Amino acid sequence: MNLAAKRSNRKPFPVHILVFLAPAVIIYTAFMIYPLIDSLRLSLYAPNENREEVFVGLDNYQRLLTDDLWQPRLEGAIVNNIKFFAIHMLVQNPIGLLLAALLSSQFIRGRSVYRTLIFTPTVLSVVLVGFIWRLILSPLWGISSDVLAVFGLEQYDKPWLGLEETALTTLSLISVWQYVGIPMMLFLAALISIPDELIEAARVDGATAWGVFWRIKFRLILPTVGIVGVLTFVGNFNAFDLIYTIQKATAGPNYSTDILGTFFYRTFFGIQLQPGNPTMGATIAGVMFLIILTGVLLYMFGWQRRMLQIEL
Amino acid sequence: MIEAKRLPTTRTRASRIFQPGHILQLLGAHAILLAYTALALFPVFLVVINSVKGRRAIFASPYALPTPETWDLVGYDTVLLRADFERYFVNSTIVTLGALLLILLAGSMAAYALAEYKFPGNAVMGLYLALGIMIPIRLGTISILRLVVRLGLPDTLLALILVFAASGLPLAIFILTQFMKQVPRDLKDAARVDGASEYRIYLMILPLVRPALGTVAVFNMIPIWNDLWFPLILAPGESTKTVTLGAQTFLGQFVNDWNAVLASLTLAMVPMIILYIIFSRQLIRGLTSGAIK
Amino acid sequence: MKRLLALLVVTAMVLALVPASITRAQDGSDIEGSLVIESWRNDDKTIWEDVLIPAFQQHYPNIDVAFSSYLPQDYNAALNAKLEGGTAGDLITCRPFDLSLALFQQGYLASLNDLPGMENFSDVAKSAWVTDDGSDVFCVPMASVIHGFIYNQTAFEELGLEEPVTEEAFLELLQAIRDDGTYEPLAMGTVDQWEAATMGYQNIGPNYWKGEEGRLGLIDGSAKYNEGGFLEAFEALGRWQPFLPNGYQALTYPDSQNLFALGMAAIFPSGSWEISVFSPLVDFEMGAFPPPPPADAETCYISDHTDIAMGINAATENMEAARLFMEWMTTQEFAELYSNALPGFFSLSNHEITLDDPLAQEFLSWRGQCESTIRSSYQILSRGEPNNESQLWEVTARLLNGELSAQEAADIVQEGLENWYEPQQ
Repeated sequence: MNLAAKRSNRKPFPVHILVFLAPAVIIYTAFMIYPLIDSLRLSLYAPNENREEVFVGLDNYQRLLTDDLWQPRLEGAIVNNIKFFAIHMLVQNPIGLLLAALLSSQFIRGRSVYRTLIFTPTVLSVVLVGFIWRLILSPLWGISSDVLAVFGLEQYDKPWLGLEETALTTLSLISVWQYVGIPMMLFLAALISIPDELIEAARVDGATAWGVFWRIKFRLILPTVGIVGVLTFVGNFNAFDLIYTIQKATAGPNYSTDILGTFFYRTFFGIQLQPGNPTMGATIAGVMFLIILTGVLLYMFGWQRRMLQIEL
Repeated sequence: MIEAKRLPTTRTRASRIFQPGHILQLLGAHAILLAYTALALFPVFLVVINSVKGRRAIFASPYALPTPETWDLVGYDTVLLRADFERYFVNSTIVTLGALLLILLAGSMAAYALAEYKFPGNAVMGLYLALGIMIPIRLGTISILRLVVRLGLPDTLLALILVFAASGLPLAIFILTQFMKQVPRDLKDAARVDGASEYRIYLMILPLVRPALGTVAVFNMIPIWNDLWFPLILAPGESTKTVTLGAQTFLGQFVNDWNAVLASLTLAMVPMIILYIIFSRQLIRGLTSGAIK
Repeated sequence: MKRLLALLVVTAMVLALVPASITRAQDGSDIEGSLVIESWRNDDKTIWEDVLIPAFQQHYPNIDVAFSSYLPQDYNAALNAKLEGGTAGDLITCRPFDLSLALFQQGYLASLNDLPGMENFSDVAKSAWVTDDGSDVFCVPMASVIHGFIYNQTAFEELGLEEPVTEEAFLELLQAIRDDGTYEPLAMGTVDQWEAATMGYQNIGPNYWKGEEGRLGLIDGSAKYNEGGFLEAFEALGRWQPFLPNGYQALTYPDSQNLFALGMAAIFPSGSWEISVFSPLVDFEMGAFPPPPPADAETCYISDHTDIAMGINAATENMEAARLFMEWMTTQEFAELYSNALPGFFSLSNHEITLDDPLAQEFLSWRGQCESTIRSSYQILSRGEPNNESQLWEVTARLLNGELSAQEAADIVQEGLENWYEPQQ
């Protein structure tokens, strides 16, 4: 059989490749790439007196970065978004790792039951989660002070969602509560796939469970740590639903829970007596795009390359 | 070598279990897992038990299970009278299944092309299609809305299906390409020798990557079902509301009626949880199948 | 489908040529269509579905009407998106002044100059929904709402309290309720912000800035937010802080409603629109008193705000049905039904109507005792950036949260206005 020869013989034009690629490329280009590019284009336009959109170059970006009305809002949203992300990295992912480590141990009975139940909040809609927590944290219902009272801490109860100092942290923790299942599953998948031989070998060498975990397992799942990190980053800088459901687009108190997603929504659609501004909205989307792209590139060229070196 | 090592290990493991230190460790692990499970379920539990209580009882004794005196289904009456949850469920199902079908079909076809053929621009095409993994489609919302209007699709389920498909495709193609590459070449070449067309070979490969298709479906299903943003912007009409948007609107309308709020939360939540419990084995297998490297 | 539509339009046009009386009285049943009403009045959904729409369908049984509503704070955003996307309903509930004016100028709202029945509204009633030069009217005025305080009469009797007549008496009253401890004095939270601005500042403010005199002064530049009456109003609002409920910083508007309706708070600072919300919920007697003026005041002022109207989406495919609906909204029948189904929304039409609800009558009676005005930020002042209304929300909430002094709050708003509004520069 001269396969190679046969193949090159009947090879006029690979129509089938086009057929295979066409549906995905068309849908993806029309509903994702084109809108993204068009949004970036829109950020270079602004309405004139006759409400027509005219080209203004980078004016919108300059306004967003320097204008006294826009700059503090943008800065506030970025700083809050960083805090939001930091809390996820410091709370959600370590808890996810801890739970995954416990669930990956063969000695624990009922692992699959725990795993199923702990993942439950993740399958719920953010809208439901937001409403549930708003009810639970409402001073009217008083659940939070009752729960604190169980630990004798009721004097520390606060209107968590109403204070500038606590609102953002509270919202971040609600988000952590909902999404902790995802890092847990990813870590669990990575931990399970570690060959038993490696661990047993370390045990034989007299390592403690703690030592085995950090010296062997954690190192082996480092690529997953990177993936979880970048997924958290993209998810957090794109977040909107939870804060919108709980604090509305005003992202109060005093913008202390305003992140890029709510800032974008409020600008684009307007609020109360303030009309929406599509071109400035597109500009904020442009900034979000840059931030997310930077983060992803840092991951790809910083973290992933180092991972590759370790593997080699 | 390996055989030799296994023997002592089993012994260590057996002896470890009966060490007091180990029992403490086990108890500790269970305590942490139990505490976290309680934390995960407590809010859900609280909503469900209070949804069947009268208004005064909700506020007076939120933790008490409903008793004959406090039993009251007025919240459910309001929900069933004022919101069309059946229709919302149908809409959500159509959108989710429609988008999943498109993602799996178009995604597997494109992945097959990328994995199977060496053509000029293959790498560039792969990169182009992977771009969307890291860029949230929401940033293009303004233009998507304008596009949907130009196509005459506002307030249709089709608009939602297309947008969700577009946002799900990049990751689907990425995952499926990895899997398709692992299908042994001999298999395909043998079929070619037998004169099978390229399309037939694609259909032949498809069942072999079923686990990957499952993973892709699982990854896309939950976010599509739960999305609030695009239904709110592209299809907010009463006839096209999804469950998530329907619940959101209803909650907004009856926000000071806690009976109705708790009942609608329960109605929107419980079917999802039941479905999840039924399919959790598949779902978790999908998530942990190592698709993400 | 298109042909059917064309046929319908032609039929509708032919019908419109037939003398009006005949069409309306007998042939109304021939007109078909389906209308969607966009509204922020989620509290009214039940009343529209059960009372108003069925009454309309008595005349036009073949016109379907659906009521679609949003959270008040989501309404403008959702509406703008739907108008831009061409998916908005046929009938648009109009906010007063600048916001609806902008919609009209963008071509989203149809002009209603020639709508039969518009003569039933005075120029004052229409003032919130006409262009600056008065040449076009684009919404049918529905109702005004009057700000004031609703209280738990049973609780007042129990504690031996009386309606306060001056601000000083009001504060003493609040202190007495606080000292007693059974009830929270004021049911109000700040997390939603608009309560602080609307039910706080705009409620009591007119007494300090002397109603229309102050409001028009802001517009012509002779008054400022950070001096005189407008500053005093911030100070007066700041004095409420000790009387707000536990955890008020996180209480939402619905939470406050529940707090009052469950009998846990004595006074609800709000307005007449709340009557229809509370009536089915409470099991105690309710009373109401107007915002108490300072002791040295010569007269009292109330905010009698032209709040709500209805317009037609210019892009509607059911123009004929929509106009019939709007025409019906100008009638005595609608005014009567609406005012009584929603006690506390006072019809703006010239029809004589009788109100059944005693609490609504109480609110309405203040028109005879006090001078009326509307909210300070609605006309003209919310056209620029930063938005005057949004800023009032922010600073009043922060004032009540104890993060700003009255002077600081006032300065921020004044500075914002000076930023773009020429008469203030």
